[in-house]
Amino acid sequence: MAAVRAGAAELERSVQHRKLMDQLFVLVGMTVLFASLLTLALLFMKLVHDGSARFGWDFFMNFPSRNAARAGILSAWVGTCLVMLVTVAAAMPVGVAAAIYLEEYASKNWVTAVIEINVTNLAGVPSIIYGLLALGLFVYKFNLGQSIAAAGLTLALLILPIVVVATREALRAVPRAIREAAYALGATHWEVTAHHVLPYSTGGILTGMIIGLSRAIGETAPIITIGALAFIAFLPTPPISGQFPYLSFTWLTDPFTVMPIQMFNWLSRPDQAFQVNAAAAGAILLAMTLLMNGVAIYVRYRFRKRINW
Amino acid sequence: MSSEVKFSGLMPASPDDSGIIPVRESGRGAVQVTVDEARRATAVSSPIKARVSGLNFYYGDFLALKNLNMEIREHQVTALIGPSGCGKSTFLRCFNRMHDLTPGTRYEGSVVLHPEDINLVARGIDPISVRMRIGMVFQKPNPFPKSIFENVAYGLRVRGLRSRVRLAEQVEQALRAAALWDEVKDRLNESGLSLSGGQQQRLCIARALATNPEVLLFDEPTSALDPIATARIEELITGLRERVTVIIVTHNMQQAARVSDFTAFMYLGELIEFDETSKIFTNPGKKATEDYITGRYG
Amino acid sequence: MNTAATDSAVGAGASMQVWERGLRARELRDRCVEILLLAAASVAVFTTAAIVYILVTESLPFFAHVSLRDFFTDTLWTPMFDRPHFGIMPLVAGTLVTTFVALCLAIPCGTIIAIYLSEFAPYRLREFVKPALELLGAVPTVVYGYFALLVVTPFLQRFIPGLPGFNMLSAGLVIGIMIIPYVASVSEDAMRAVPNYMREGSYAMGSTRFQTATRVVVPGALSGIAAAYILGISRAVGETMVVAVAAGLQPNLTWNPLESAATITAFIVQVSLGDLPHGSVGYQSIFAAGLTLMVTTLLFNIAGYFLTRRFREVY
Repeated sequence: MAAVRAGAAELERSVQHRKLMDQLFVLVGMTVLFASLLTLALLFMKLVHDGSARFGWDFFMNFPSRNAARAGILSAWVGTCLVMLVTVAAAMPVGVAAAIYLEEYASKNWVTAVIEINVTNLAGVPSIIYGLLALGLFVYKFNLGQSIAAAGLTLALLILPIVVVATREALRAVPRAIREAAYALGATHWEVTAHHVLPYSTGGILTGMIIGLSRAIGETAPIITIGALAFIAFLPTPPISGQFPYLSFTWLTDPFTVMPIQMFNWLSRPDQAFQVNAAAAGAILLAMTLLMNGVAIYVRYRFRKRINW
Repeated sequence: MSSEVKFSGLMPASPDDSGIIPVRESGRGAVQVTVDEARRATAVSSPIKARVSGLNFYYGDFLALKNLNMEIREHQVTALIGPSGCGKSTFLRCFNRMHDLTPGTRYEGSVVLHPEDINLVARGIDPISVRMRIGMVFQKPNPFPKSIFENVAYGLRVRGLRSRVRLAEQVEQALRAAALWDEVKDRLNESGLSLSGGQQQRLCIARALATNPEVLLFDEPTSALDPIATARIEELITGLRERVTVIIVTHNMQQAARVSDFTAFMYLGELIEFDETSKIFTNPGKKATEDYITGRYG
Repeated sequence: MNTAATDSAVGAGASMQVWERGLRARELRDRCVEILLLAAASVAVFTTAAIVYILVTESLPFFAHVSLRDFFTDTLWTPMFDRPHFGIMPLVAGTLVTTFVALCLAIPCGTIIAIYLSEFAPYRLREFVKPALELLGAVPTVVYGYFALLVVTPFLQRFIPGLPGFNMLSAGLVIGIMIIPYVASVSEDAMRAVPNYMREGSYAMGSTRFQTATRVVVPGALSGIAAAYILGISRAVGETMVVAVAAGLQPNLTWNPLESAATITAFIVQVSLGDLPHGSVGYQSIFAAGLTLMVTTLLFNIAGYFLTRRFREVY
């Protein structure tokens, strides 16, 4: 009897010990988790705090200048907008078309496997390699020079895997029953895709594009390699001109700068005053990124409400 | 298809051969067949719409349909019945080449459509051409997430019809034929998904009818619906005979008995028996058919 | 299209010609579209091919006059000097040290977070935290560079006297924080893929959640977790802006994280900031460095891919 009771006590102790380990781990887990999130939150707040001195209309509308107090991000954010324009124009059609092919048309053969492996692989290539590709290919071989066009195309290639994967998922969500109904009415393969599958997946496709853009906005390395300069005290030629044909494309080949480059440049200066500018630019960049991600989530939510399979 | 074994356990037909001929009570319950002589005479004498000869169908290496031979008669309702997995849906989908959407499938033999005299499953015949003439209604209602009007109009748009006036005419005609017009005529611009299950299925029927198909295929159209909606659709199908030829797959024998003029019983990919509905349910020629009908197996 | 003609063709007993005629235009259009779509999909393949082609051809002149032996064994990297040295080791050392520091932070924290989220956290918490973690992965890296230089370094300087303004420790730590969401997310996916019946078997024997997590789930998800680590390494190796801003731009062969040094990526940035005429020494050297980087990350990505496939197949 005593042996059994002793055994029971030992059992109880082991259980208590293990339960303690359990609770300890919960503590550790939550600590690490919230420490990470908190650290980042604090860092972001510091960024905003540091840069707050420079927030104001003139920061947005001034060109960079040797005088830190007067330097602004006008050329930078205009450059960012123009580069994003090129990126969307290149990445959206190619990415969506590629996803349609892979999801709706490709049969399970080695060609498809090769394409899919490449898409996955490209997602893991460091962004600076894209910069080197752009330098050798776009800047020199294609002779685009150190231009907005080169930058836009490079970023388009960089975010292509994101767009392709997101679009594929959106296409996959359209139920088979809808496709069958369309085929049964005599529609061809492309008609089913264009009249039904694509329109119903617009939400997911848009979401993917916005997330891709939010990534492209923050990319610095490839743009540096292409040769974007950071002391651009002028704007690229405006796309709308006063004379016929009212639309100009010279801005595509003009020198330019973008937000992250401007921030990097200011950050690299030893002068303390410029670091405040860098913080301000960084806070704005961060806000843009978070805003775009928020918009993407909202778009996905709204479309999911409209079409509820 | 000739009866080899005279099933002797049934009550003999009543002398005047009209009115209700009851089948002997059995495990599952009686299947009642109402025989309208006039309808039966028309049915048997109507021309052949499609002739199936030696149809084999392969999923890869697996032979799913084995040497099917039967005739579909014009403006009649032909039902395909049989236990799960017997191949009735597979057979149905041969008529509109839906299997072409799955890689690795293959047809042998012929399904000849009259009066064009074209083999629907021939390799040289484009499946899109086939689907332009043969419509389908699916088991679970699948309206497009568009407006009711656009749902019905889609088939017409694919065929190149652009005039808004003509489209409106055809859509109204189709919705009337599907007995849905009165319920939706004031809300043609609302989403098709806002309708009830039974209404959605009638919308799908209208959608298929709008393009004036020669044959309309129904793949267990009421198995996802409640009894009231089911009854309405059965009534609809019987009435559709004047417009189209109907082939319906159903796992509900009573439904087959209510709705169809001809019934084919299938088992494990083979056609066991094909005859007039009244004959199949009162005096089946094969033991396998009789076993299925009396509920000896499902 | 003539609606009268199509209306009469529809439904009437049409002849063989009508079966095929109107369809031909649509079929032709379908074929053209398919070719265009295939071309778009091939862009991915061409991009990879282009990357390989450019990296190789632009660094060929470099390797023409620098022997591979020198490249791998020389301890100085000074390609722009009058008496240039072309040893890649300083850059590799810089990359390895910062990556190592990053992993020392990211692997434990990422794994603990993954285990916690997968096995312990209540549903609502997980649904809130996962998107938050994803958002953190979306922050521009130059912003992380700011933190490393102006927040982490001064902070560390209070504890480590003599810590230079540019050092690999700060950069490494920030890279670590940056890839924690990534490691946590992929590991957690791997752990969630472990089927529930394995957990239930463990619980049924009286194990606690912690024991189940460490003895059953983690071993079961091992290939997926390894994939997460490897992909994390790949990202850390390829990271550019944080090191360019906070670790310094001067190549320095050292294994001490408290010093400043340039990584492969930082070197490329540094050279690109200046003028880069096509074919100059600087131009060629960055392609050589880029080629080295590409090969390294490619090997890691391939390893990660196969491990990911394995953990998906097993279940």
